[in-house]
Amino acid sequence: MEKFDVIIVGAGLAGLGAAYTLAGRDLEVLVLERGDYPGAKNVSGGRIYVNPVRDLFPDLWQEAPLERFIVHEGIVLMAKERAVAIDYAGDELRQEPHQSYSVLRAKFDRWFAEQIETKGAMILPKIRVENVIKENGKIVGVLAGGDELHADVVIACDGVLSFLGEQAGLHLAETPHNYALGIKEVIALDGEKINDRFQLQGNEGAARLFIGEVTKGMFGGGFLYTNKESVSLGIVVGIEDMMDQGGSLEAPVLMEAFKARPEIACLIRGGATVEYTAHLIPEGGFRALHPLHGDGILVAGDAAGFALNLGFTVRGMEYALASGYYAAQTVLKAKETGSFDADTLSEYGRLLQESFVMKDFQNFQATPSFVNNPRFFSHYPELKGNILRDIYSVPAGPKDRLYPTIRKYLGLGEMWTMFKDFREVTKI
Amino acid sequence: MTESMDLKAKLGIDVFKPGGAAHIKIRLGKEKDFRLQKMAMICPAGLYSVNEQGETSLTIDGCLECGTCRLVCGNDVLEWAYPEGGTGVQLRFG
Repeated sequence: MEKFDVIIVGAGLAGLGAAYTLAGRDLEVLVLERGDYPGAKNVSGGRIYVNPVRDLFPDLWQEAPLERFIVHEGIVLMAKERAVAIDYAGDELRQEPHQSYSVLRAKFDRWFAEQIETKGAMILPKIRVENVIKENGKIVGVLAGGDELHADVVIACDGVLSFLGEQAGLHLAETPHNYALGIKEVIALDGEKINDRFQLQGNEGAARLFIGEVTKGMFGGGFLYTNKESVSLGIVVGIEDMMDQGGSLEAPVLMEAFKARPEIACLIRGGATVEYTAHLIPEGGFRALHPLHGDGILVAGDAAGFALNLGFTVRGMEYALASGYYAAQTVLKAKETGSFDADTLSEYGRLLQESFVMKDFQNFQATPSFVNNPRFFSHYPELKGNILRDIYSVPAGPKDRLYPTIRKYLGLGEMWTMFKDFREVTKI
Repeated sequence: MTESMDLKAKLGIDVFKPGGAAHIKIRLGKEKDFRLQKMAMICPAGLYSVNEQGETSLTIDGCLECGTCRLVCGNDVLEWAYPEGGTGVQLRFG
């Protein structure tokens, strides 16, 4: 029987973050990854915010194979036949250290794993973990590829479906309610073309989020991130909404319709799709987080539900890295006491509580219901489109006064609904 | 090439490593479950199809391993596992 100090399941950012922190600390650390190589199964929309995790991994960022630093932020409200965009750019976004980067995970995670191996942790790819091994209610290892592998503690970083947590009895099987489906294409495009089309220079990057017609009124939206020599383009749709309102609309068709929009088509013209992927995204926020630990087990990253959608920022990777880091810190402390029971491992929750991770999840616990407001996905984009159409249009005869033009769209009922919707903002 | 690409062509670009038995199976007698019929619309790889009798079948080739069908259909309809280690979709960009 093989026995390790720590087994980490999954070489995503949570697992790699934990392994990086534990490597070289006189522990036998084993990372198990089901892909051909670390990163082979890992998908993100494509943007990482470095500030919250910069100091947790101080030596990592200088050499990291990130794509472009984002200096151009955009939100596009897509109505049926027009779009209204908000654009935020300028020199303040060019200041160093840059706060966010586009990233391609297969490349980044593979590199990250190499750094960890250099530091002395073992990463075994091509190994699928089938189950946890339980003894007297305590997790003592995992069953992987038919072998029993034992450890003092297992860190479950097995991703959004969180099989290990379920098998360990920490939570039930997940339902569609708190999840969205992301579909993404990486579209190869010459770097100079990207710079011209998005008004960028050198290694600057752009990020755009799209709401409205993209999802035909369902929860979700579209995203676009520029990489060095490609564009990450995709849509996110609430699974429950697709089940209830999707009708005969196929998800892949929704993606094609998004690509065919004039706002998108001209940006990707001449590009070649080089990869097509899909991934689940936790959208439930604080209330949907899983229990974070048990006897002999810690849960980090997507497996714990650490992803947060605030509408204008969509974040998960920093929470994965940080939760992996704090899981590792917890293991280091537990190692000193020699106990890995639930009580000792509850330190993990305390560390997260003191960090930006739980503070963010608590501060933004109202956002899942706020961003789930169906009016954001069709009513408001159309309304804004209507108002702007009337403001900009110049008819053959005399033009109407502006105030009555706008006023006709903003009757008492509309104003009252708006007021209620935006009052929700005060909870955020 | 980005001009209205069909789904098969998109999946054809991805790298898949073959191996083992199908990792997702419809449980016997559940072929007419309404949740499976939803998957014909939702599956991003278009792997589910419904015949005239209302029975759903699943082709596993091209599975992107997103897990949406596991959430939609649940354990009572689908026998669901990730593919064996080192097999299935292998992302080069991610």
